[in-house]
Amino acid sequence: MKTNTLLIAASALALSASLARAQDLPAEVFTSWTSGGEALAVEAIRTEFEARGGTWETASIAGFENANAAFQNRVIAGDPPTVRQSVLGLDAAELVESGLANSLQSVADAQNWAGVMAPSVLDSISYNGEIFLAPVGIHGESWMFYSMPVFEANGITAAPTTWDEFFAAMDTLQAAGITPIAWGGQAWQEAKVFNMVLLSQVGNEDFLKIFQEGDEAVLTSDAIVTALEIFGRLRDYVDAGAAGRNWNDATNMVIQGQAGVQFMGDWAKGEFANAGLIAGQDYGCALAPASTGMLFVADGFLMMKTGDAAQDAAQLLMAEVATDPAVQVAFAQAKGSIPVRTDVDTSALDVCAQQAMTMMNDGLFVPEHAITVTPDMVGQFTDFVGEYFADPSYDAASAAEDLADIFRR
Amino acid sequence: MRFGKWRLRAAQLALSPTWLTVIVVYLGTMAWTVALSFTNSRLLPSWDWAGFAQYQRLFDTSKWNLALQNLVIFGVLYVFGCLVLGFLLAAALDRRVRFESAFRTLFLYPYAMSFVVTGLIWQWLMNPTLGIQPTFQGMGWENFRFDWVTNRTMAIYAVVLAGIWQGSGLVMVLALAGMRGIDAEQWRAARIDGIPVWRVYLSIILPQLGPAMAAAATLLSMGVIKTYDLVIALTKGGPGSSTEVPAKFIMDNMFQRQNLGLATAAAVVLLLSVVLVVAPFRYAAYITAKRRAGQL
Repeated sequence: MKTNTLLIAASALALSASLARAQDLPAEVFTSWTSGGEALAVEAIRTEFEARGGTWETASIAGFENANAAFQNRVIAGDPPTVRQSVLGLDAAELVESGLANSLQSVADAQNWAGVMAPSVLDSISYNGEIFLAPVGIHGESWMFYSMPVFEANGITAAPTTWDEFFAAMDTLQAAGITPIAWGGQAWQEAKVFNMVLLSQVGNEDFLKIFQEGDEAVLTSDAIVTALEIFGRLRDYVDAGAAGRNWNDATNMVIQGQAGVQFMGDWAKGEFANAGLIAGQDYGCALAPASTGMLFVADGFLMMKTGDAAQDAAQLLMAEVATDPAVQVAFAQAKGSIPVRTDVDTSALDVCAQQAMTMMNDGLFVPEHAITVTPDMVGQFTDFVGEYFADPSYDAASAAEDLADIFRR
Repeated sequence: MRFGKWRLRAAQLALSPTWLTVIVVYLGTMAWTVALSFTNSRLLPSWDWAGFAQYQRLFDTSKWNLALQNLVIFGVLYVFGCLVLGFLLAAALDRRVRFESAFRTLFLYPYAMSFVVTGLIWQWLMNPTLGIQPTFQGMGWENFRFDWVTNRTMAIYAVVLAGIWQGSGLVMVLALAGMRGIDAEQWRAARIDGIPVWRVYLSIILPQLGPAMAAAATLLSMGVIKTYDLVIALTKGGPGSSTEVPAKFIMDNMFQRQNLGLATAAAVVLLLSVVLVVAPFRYAAYITAKRRAGQL
């Protein structure tokens, strides 16, 4: 009887202690990361956040659109989550401009983000010179993944580095009865491939001029037409079932040796890893032909204004944890991305990620359209690329006109 | 008299939550949507007046015009196809075939599935590297082609096909129920007169199924307006924008492209087009009712 009372008292004490702690730094984290690798990546941040005294509550909803809808409803209802997973760039601009987000400038100053992050990353987390997003991971997108056994069996000794070499290699594969390009036939994927081709034709600076300023001179240059022509030629190396295909199904074609190459962001590495393949041994990762830089897109945490001091403190801790060097490496390994800091130990990362890190340190990182233009423009651009690829009769010159029109609006 | 008045009050009282729902939830959100369509709202609602700018942009967007066009193609073919196929299936079952209930379950089964599942199944079936096409080619029919989902001009008909597969079971059940309610005497009379069976179905049975077919058509048409998941699962609106539908356009702009103003404008246009289609029917029904009552 006595021991019972004691036990109850003790457990009540323990409970109240944990309750008190739970009220210390509570954070409701709103993410759409639910798949295997993504969930593992989140776990890396969560573990460290809780070890430092935070209380993590996940509000995760699969799929960007569903998550966006739920998030919008909560903001309009005046009940925003503490932390929102967001794409770096203009995705969060309206929330910041409407004064719905908390600044992270103090953490950025204290942790010397300016010293350890690439300028292009810093640019994409700042709004009017003030930092509002905590970057958690960067995805390199200029990748051409290829099947090493397929390349070897057909006498292709090295990854092609120019478009001429590329098309020659694809002709070889086609003659051998292999689908040359494993094509993901959804407009957002096609837009990423088009960006790779475009970058190879206009170079890093002009690429940025297009997507940051809608520069008229670049948009009307011949390089755009050439890029569209090269992109259009890719249609000839795609199989009949490509339309609507998911990116991971395309990756699987390379894994199975049914196809030669796939152009995709580094998240495709997750599929290769799941199939037990190792980068540099079983499959190759090379830059898309003639790439002058590495296109990237990145994820970050946006801290919403909740009007609650405890949550505000939790947000600062979250920003610190998310950009912690050890957490950064663990997160990148699980998600297939690369760390946002240039000063982390890269030895644990695979060869592709290491190559990307070198490029980041050399200042060769170029932000993709999702970072530099509004979601509305991203949509129009994606529509354009999807239409162009689906319609072989769409000629490159008039397509270049239509592309320029998107930026003139 | 007094009792009657009380009863009326009670009925009104019982209905009041419904009225409240209709006014606040339906009419309220409708008014809210119309109001937002005249603003510059992007991610969140704002009240910057924009006049008809969103509508202007909407009709300058080729994707939206394509979506409306697809809605008409899909709507007409889907409703008509379901009605015809459903009626034929019902007539076949009405002949008292063996294993009737098994067939009935089988045909109705697709309707019990979500559009997402339907879309996925047909995506596989119609994929030119996975389903029907390679199967027939493998059987020696080398020139067999069935690549609608990957063909820009045919993709919308692939959506229609999957839709009909799903929806005709519903029509079948409703039509069959109607047929079973028809007096057997009519069949006997028709047989004595030597009228062929198909003629009986067409000229005698079908006219009597009017209410059942109208109910089926109404249910199907409502599905047409909100067609979203079928397209998402089957083609994701592609190839290009060739299978874009208004509901998808609205969802994309509302939750992905941060274009609340444009999305609400599209929703209003969709609402108006439904009203335009429904209004003549309502008017015709009103005139018929008056005629029947001898007031016209």
